[in-house]
Amino acid sequence: MDSLQTQSSTNIVKNKKLSSSIKRDYQLWLLILPAIVVIFIFNYIPMYGIQLAFRDYKFDLNIIKTLSGGNFRGLFYFEKFITNYLFMDLMRNTISISLTTILLGFPAPILLALLLNQIKNFRTKKILQTTVYLPHFISIVVMVGLMNVLLSPNTGIITHVLSAIGMGDINILGSTKTFVPLFVLSDIWQHCGWNSIIYLAALSSVDPQLYDSSKIDGANKWHTVWYIEIPALIPTIIILFILSMGNVLNTGFEKVFLMQNALNLPVSEVISTYTYKIGILGNQFSYSAAIGLFNTIINFVFLYFMNTISKKYSDISLW
Amino acid sequence: MIKFSFTRRSAGEVIFDVVVFILCLFVFLVIAYPLFFVIIASVSDSTLVSRGLVIFYPKGFSTFGFHEILKDTRIWTGYRNTFIYTFGGTALNLALTLPAAYVLSRYEFRPRRFLMMFFVITMFFNGGLIPTYVLIKGLHLTNNMLVFILPFSVNVFNLIITRTFIEHSIPKELYEAASMDGCTHFRYFFKIVLPLSKAVISVIGLYYLVAHWNDFFTGLIYVRKNELQPLQIVLRDILLANQVFSQGAGAGGAAGGYAQRFADQVKYGVIIVSTLPILLVYPFVQKYFEKGVMIGSVKG
Repeated sequence: MDSLQTQSSTNIVKNKKLSSSIKRDYQLWLLILPAIVVIFIFNYIPMYGIQLAFRDYKFDLNIIKTLSGGNFRGLFYFEKFITNYLFMDLMRNTISISLTTILLGFPAPILLALLLNQIKNFRTKKILQTTVYLPHFISIVVMVGLMNVLLSPNTGIITHVLSAIGMGDINILGSTKTFVPLFVLSDIWQHCGWNSIIYLAALSSVDPQLYDSSKIDGANKWHTVWYIEIPALIPTIIILFILSMGNVLNTGFEKVFLMQNALNLPVSEVISTYTYKIGILGNQFSYSAAIGLFNTIINFVFLYFMNTISKKYSDISLW
Repeated sequence: MIKFSFTRRSAGEVIFDVVVFILCLFVFLVIAYPLFFVIIASVSDSTLVSRGLVIFYPKGFSTFGFHEILKDTRIWTGYRNTFIYTFGGTALNLALTLPAAYVLSRYEFRPRRFLMMFFVITMFFNGGLIPTYVLIKGLHLTNNMLVFILPFSVNVFNLIITRTFIEHSIPKELYEAASMDGCTHFRYFFKIVLPLSKAVISVIGLYYLVAHWNDFFTGLIYVRKNELQPLQIVLRDILLANQVFSQGAGAGGAAGGYAQRFADQVKYGVIIVSTLPILLVYPFVQKYFEKGVMIGSVKG
């Protein structure tokens, strides 16, 4: 660390522009410095530790040396992961959970926003909005706990409803068939309202003159939804869709982890929960770091790919 | 005559309104009913609840669950810890994010673009779980209260929201006038920017607050000591691992059948007790939501 600091101070002396900026704007530098330090320590130093994926883990009292790792192993740990008998299962589970979440979870807030936008009565709209935003603030632990009590076999209220209509004979919480639907539907239940805010805001910026002139041209309400409101949402939809594709292998560790049980494990073990078990519980740091890096790279490739497609066909892109 | 036919609603429009009404009612019930059910189930006789007889209102009124929660020291330790982490954490979050956002909003500050890059890169790249874990362990933050407060105390998304807000809603002329009169950046930030940024402070304050309150990951990964665990970890033991009663598990054993009957009631009660503080803050901040999300969507 010492050598780093002296190096940076010689850089400052060399760079007169920077030093004069520090002198003139020293108050601004002081205001932003704490944030820079925190981000540097907790976000940038771990990036330096990515090399653990290519090296053996070797403990050292100096944290930077620990992060640099020991013997260089090249792609050994990546190969270990790809040839692991669990690899195909992990990939299949991760992709099926996240693709289902995107395919079903992505359109839901758009439809909800279009629906909420039709309500003309201010109070009704307000009450409905307050209600649908609310579940977003429930913690994941409470959310999964809620599912456990409401869906518990024999005693849960939803189980009672399902058995009343003749569908009560499966254990929703502990079945390989119901895990993905339950994960996705509960996600929609919790976040659909909150995610609709951004679309509602886009809808509220539609020029009212468009509605008036469409009425004169004889458009009914179905036409306004189809020809005015949906086109108004397209740019927002594309940007958010690209961003969500960048998370295609991020299934959200916590919820999957908490929903896991012995019965649904064949479909609920995903890359992030496996990384946790191997790395934190199993202490295989290098192997686990390699799996994590593999995940990040695939996500980035997806993001880049979607962004390129969107740039080519719609001129809307992230960078 | 023309005017009359113009305002008359066609059959298509009536169908449209009916469809909208039915869908709204459906959405409302699907979201509100489970929440309502938790409340009535927490004060009803647990046998009636488990037989599916409690549907619209509480039956066999009983506060056993809440008594059991009041007696449970694990919940109170968790509550106290979460309070410390939430308020300490949010205070630090705001103390770091607001000044940084102000600096990044100053057009004349030359390194602005570079510093913005420095922050934004961390939204797309990170070291991943293991290097972060190794670092935090190396800094002796594991089994330490500070791990809930210090790491990741600047959320770049919230930083961008705040910066955009300051940039767009505080007139540039204000700084020019103030600096003419010899106002320094420190003074301008504390006396003018902060009082004018109440809306955005409420929104990101709520985001930070909720994130700390609901934080389960930090406790799971970095903390082994029970007396440091936040509420969410205690909740997991009660709700998911079924360790409802501090003496002995809720399921199994000779007394298990008796205990399990009441376990569910405790669970409903715990859900309410743990979520209540967030719900109390919610109405005060709600009016700023739309604004907050809108600012966030403006490209940085």
